[in-house]
Amino acid sequence: MSGSEKINVKVSKIVLLNDLVTRFEFKRIDGELFPTFSGGAHTIVEMKDGGITRRNPYSLMSDPMDQHSYAISVRRDDEGRGGSLFMHNNVKVSDDMVLSYPVNLFSLDLRAKKHLMIAGGIGITPFMAQIKQLDRSHGNWELHYSARSPSLSAYADDLVSMHPNDVHMYYDSENKSIDLENLLDGQPLGTHLYICGPKGMIDWAVGQAVNLGWPNEVIHYEEFLAPKPGKPFQVMLSASNKLVSVGETESLLEAIEREGVDAPYLCRGGACGQCETVVIEAEGEFIHMDHWLEDKEKLSRKKIMPCVSRFDGKTLVLDR
Amino acid sequence: MSNFSFPESIKSRPTYARLEPRAGKSYLFVADAEGAEAIIDLASNDKSLMSKSHVIYIPKNTGKKYTLQLEKLNINQLYIGPSYSAAQSRLRHTLVSSHMGLQLYLSGTEGLIGQAQRDAMVAGIPHTAIQSEHRGSIGRRMQCVHCKGITEDVDIDPYVCSHCGLSLFVRDHYSRRLAAFQGVCIDAEEPGNIPTAVELYK
Amino acid sequence: MTIQFNDETFRGAYTFKNSEWALKRFPFPFHEDSYMYSVNMEQHKGGPAGSIYEKRFDVDEHYLSEMRDRAEVLKEDPLRCQSLPNMTLAGWDLLELIMVSKSEDYPDMFELQRKGDKWRWINKPMGIDDSFTFLDEATLPFGPMEYITRQTQGDFVVLDQRDENLWMDAGMVTTQADWSLDFDIGMNFFEWHAPVPKAHEMGIFVRALKFLLNVQQGAPARRLNWTMTVNPLLDTSPENYHKWGTQKRTITANNIGEKQHLRVELQTFFRLPRSNALVFPIRCYLASFDDLMTVPKWGRRLHRVIRDLPEELATYKGFIDNRPMMLDYLSKFDDGKPTSNGIWPDRETEPLRD
Ligand code: FES
Repeated sequence: MSGSEKINVKVSKIVLLNDLVTRFEFKRIDGELFPTFSGGAHTIVEMKDGGITRRNPYSLMSDPMDQHSYAISVRRDDEGRGGSLFMHNNVKVSDDMVLSYPVNLFSLDLRAKKHLMIAGGIGITPFMAQIKQLDRSHGNWELHYSARSPSLSAYADDLVSMHPNDVHMYYDSENKSIDLENLLDGQPLGTHLYICGPKGMIDWAVGQAVNLGWPNEVIHYEEFLAPKPGKPFQVMLSASNKLVSVGETESLLEAIEREGVDAPYLCRGGACGQCETVVIEAEGEFIHMDHWLEDKEKLSRKKIMPCVSRFDGKTLVLDR
Repeated sequence: MSNFSFPESIKSRPTYARLEPRAGKSYLFVADAEGAEAIIDLASNDKSLMSKSHVIYIPKNTGKKYTLQLEKLNINQLYIGPSYSAAQSRLRHTLVSSHMGLQLYLSGTEGLIGQAQRDAMVAGIPHTAIQSEHRGSIGRRMQCVHCKGITEDVDIDPYVCSHCGLSLFVRDHYSRRLAAFQGVCIDAEEPGNIPTAVELYK
Repeated sequence: MTIQFNDETFRGAYTFKNSEWALKRFPFPFHEDSYMYSVNMEQHKGGPAGSIYEKRFDVDEHYLSEMRDRAEVLKEDPLRCQSLPNMTLAGWDLLELIMVSKSEDYPDMFELQRKGDKWRWINKPMGIDDSFTFLDEATLPFGPMEYITRQTQGDFVVLDQRDENLWMDAGMVTTQADWSLDFDIGMNFFEWHAPVPKAHEMGIFVRALKFLLNVQQGAPARRLNWTMTVNPLLDTSPENYHKWGTQKRTITANNIGEKQHLRVELQTFFRLPRSNALVFPIRCYLASFDDLMTVPKWGRRLHRVIRDLPEELATYKGFIDNRPMMLDYLSKFDDGKPTSNGIWPDRETEPLRD
């Protein structure tokens, strides 16, 4: 079976946090306890969107110690393929849904003498769970959170009032941004850096840290790539002998699954490497979107990550 | 030139490369004996480096051979000490009061490199972020797996454990946490059947 | 209680023995007439009733005696159980996993009561009844990993996952096949396997690591591994090698069937949820050659496997010197007949030998 174990849940609560972000809370249908998880873990939410089954990853942001419910926060993406729109527009309290067991690709390094967290916008969510985990073990942490404006900064008020000394807010609307160079300078030896936010922010923060001599091993980041919509294309699955059309708003992986072909995955965000698929034949352009394949693998035209990447051309034959 | 190229071995055996300049906020060198040569080489590549550096140097049996040269390098803070254990509290203090961005360079014998690496790891530097270059003696720091005693500068195989007296064969299996290679009783199955010792890498 | 526990020793007079029940469920590790390394992983989701695969943590007739042996080893050498500071949470994870599994799988022997973080644990066979606060080390007599693994058969290695690798940062290791936790703790997956010949070149560890990094919560995995031990000695540690090494030379044509034991490890892998670490229990099962030969299929197959095993592997597994004597013994049980695939003893089609 692909992906991880599944949990059947009911939507127990929907909270509009601001114009863009909504929190969804879930309870188990069978009344059992949820599995515990580690801060930074995500779950894959299955959405039955017409004929398409979407599976989008969202960071778990509830307290990892709380086994009675799970919570995620979803930012509406009006330009996306519709996963977040589906959550915002179609999901109602007491709907049945399916979640995956938690998977963590952004876990804390518990050897760290200090955890320095940098969040941008909706990138705050994994830190919500990590902060709860660290509080429980009296961990040493500090959060620097930047958002567009106070009205678009989910959870900022709660965080600041609970941790006035450890949480630092920065708002674009007030022309305040994180002074990273100064922040990184002077951090004690053994500090680990965690970044979650838009790609530009991750690149900027990682680049700064590396320039200042921070080792790669202490720099952690998570960026979920939502699969981008694109031009429809066709793919031949050679092992299962099927010709599949990939629609504009579905991913290659979703199209393969729709045809009943079992394909491996874990993160569905181009990060974990699980869905790596061998290309047998290709005439056209690859649109590689993942951050798993090395540049030279991308150039080799021999591999594709179907959870986020697409194709534009005449023929694509995959070993699947 | 005091470089020795170790033959390829198992994956737990440390490997070494030449020290090279890297971006950082501050620089700490720990070296013993011929390890000074690696610092001198690096300094000749990057003149500005030494003025931002703290060097902890233990000449061991090289006497004054390298100390004069080191003194001429314009090193910001140069300490020359009699032994690793004498230098250890200074090193540990330097590490805990350092900040991220510190670059650590180790050079000299495997025993020195291993022990300084261990102290640095405890202070929070990932071992893969530490540069180390072997120079000089190929003598090893060995741990007797039976009594746990450490014997320094072992250059023959088998050797006699300086603590419990067992004859031990010298493995390439290496523990960063202990900063030592593993010595295992050579005549455990047939007591007394001990081959004559040979020099390592001869 | 359904299991009759043996009163036996794994040292000194070696009174260890397998009952017919234990032998019947012995995990014979060869599914064909030859052996080479492979990443032979499968899901650890139960197995045939009564088999060692059925429960998450198998409890058998050797339980109490193995726990006594462990306590003795630890008294002599406390370094057999260690946990680096980053692994305390993983230790609690392991305690929770074992307590929950055992109380669900063996309700007649183990009981777990939970009210929030106030927990009560009852281990009837060992006569333990402790109340403690979950995640508060001060309320247990040992660290969480040590506490629970003093009550659970098998060695335990707890692996931290970071930088695309697994790091052996904690463990309880008293029944090991000749490796030292005290030496290997802190090593990554490739480093602690470094002494294993051939497998690195075959790419075995690269593939195994890839598999293990992706073991997910709720989906544990397992495999079998094996070696040979003279006498039913559980603690074949490097630390004590100078003490037990001579036993390897005590094999004779007369005593080999009784003294030579096949040592099989059931290795399982569970993702630990709160810490994202991975626990790697290594459960050891011993059976003497004489006992194994009562199953005709196992007799034929063991002979063929040992005969054809590459020299490097026989050396690594420590029986190269005794191999000729083993083959003399085993060849008498190999009539050249074909064997069926799989590890099961085929009791229905071929009765046991006396
Ligand atoms: S599923 Fe993780 S990279 Fe595609």
